[in-house]
Amino acid sequence: MKILIVGGGTGGTILANNLARRLKHEVKTGKARITMLSASDKHMYQPALLYVALGRMSTDELYRDQASLLEPGIEFQVDPVEEFSLDKNQVKTKSGKTIGYDLVVIATGSRAVPEEIPGFAEHAIHVYTEEAAVKFYQTISKFQGGRVVIAVGVPHKCPMIPPEVTFCLYDYFKDRGMLDKVTFHYTSPIGRLHGLEPVSKWMEGEFAERGITSETLFNIKEIDGARRVLRSEEGTEAPFDLLVAVPAHRGMQVIEKNNLGKGGWIPVDKFRLNLDGRQNAFAIGDTTNIPISKAGSTAHFEAEALAENLASIVRTGAPVRDYDGKVFCFIESGKDKATYAMFNYTTPPDPKPPTKSLHWFKMAYNQMYWASARGLL
Amino acid sequence: MAQKQVIDVRGAFCPGPLMELIANIKLAGVGDDLEVLSTDKGSATDIPAWVKKVGHQLVSSSEDAGVWHIVVRKAK
Repeated sequence: MKILIVGGGTGGTILANNLARRLKHEVKTGKARITMLSASDKHMYQPALLYVALGRMSTDELYRDQASLLEPGIEFQVDPVEEFSLDKNQVKTKSGKTIGYDLVVIATGSRAVPEEIPGFAEHAIHVYTEEAAVKFYQTISKFQGGRVVIAVGVPHKCPMIPPEVTFCLYDYFKDRGMLDKVTFHYTSPIGRLHGLEPVSKWMEGEFAERGITSETLFNIKEIDGARRVLRSEEGTEAPFDLLVAVPAHRGMQVIEKNNLGKGGWIPVDKFRLNLDGRQNAFAIGDTTNIPISKAGSTAHFEAEALAENLASIVRTGAPVRDYDGKVFCFIESGKDKATYAMFNYTTPPDPKPPTKSLHWFKMAYNQMYWASARGLL
Repeated sequence: MAQKQVIDVRGAFCPGPLMELIANIKLAGVGDDLEVLSTDKGSATDIPAWVKKVGHQLVSSSEDAGVWHIVVRKAK
């Protein structure tokens, strides 16, 4: 049975490794074949971009060679898919190859689209690419004081980035002895500070303690660089001296071009992760349109559930379990404290007061991630 | 031609019903209707509040067996 995994990010890599281990015997005897097609020979640990942006990690710590993360037996090719022919069970790659499959998993991820906001490139900073994270640090290290606005776009990857970047920036300027010269203002697109109500309530207390002001129902429309003002879709304005924005995201262009989902988000069953109306095509991670967090941890837990199901399909013809919506997100609440939010489709999160030990666990996880990508954690 | 879209966010905690509506309304055409299905009773107040502030149109809002059905028309 030929299994094709399109995308070598967190979801695709954990899935491939978990599956290769489960199907070790079948791969060895030629009964199963696992192929991964990716756009890059490198694998980026995206959460580390926050630390690059704060000058606490160097850019070379972001990457590993993708091939070095994969189990033996996985055929890895740097040759991104350009055409999906789901009715024919085949894809066409950039190099012109046509590759057939029995089971396909699409894990192409998402991309920030700051270019959709007029003025963003010239007047705002963000943490979603290596280049942007480096620019972020260059900008904050030269900042001499004024009004910092943290603005949140929709939809965005990693729901904890807005509070994390706010609290970490606060501590960054505190360490520089600048708190008397800096004010912080946070804008949220919805009626509270965060999508998760318990996290929102926790943020309210943390904001009050630090004197951070906020405005809700504020969706980024455009940036007037001449006046140094951020305008919202709702008709309000936020003046700034330093604008930190969380840009909106879309799925990858190849998904939109192949009409697999509006905005690049593929509709799937939220439990079985199969594409609507198809039993041999699946999507995981940011790529799906499931209304849950777009985060590495979502991709991780989806990949584990799907690997178990695909192995079972190879062996028995049927899947064995549902993805339960599990998500676990660390929340850095400054330079040396952290908490977390864990939830699933039926149980809301209950964030606890931040501790130093959780921050250090997060620091350790930043290294352990590579074992996680290998499917070992 | 205007289209109707259902956004089923029953049981979703994060990013939540209003965030999903905002994400989907960006991709919709002017005149399209978006029906949000939500089990979060807060949706009955925060979605209309946002719709009014931003200038879209609230078509209807009703509750049936613990599920809120809120229909919004993209106006601009």
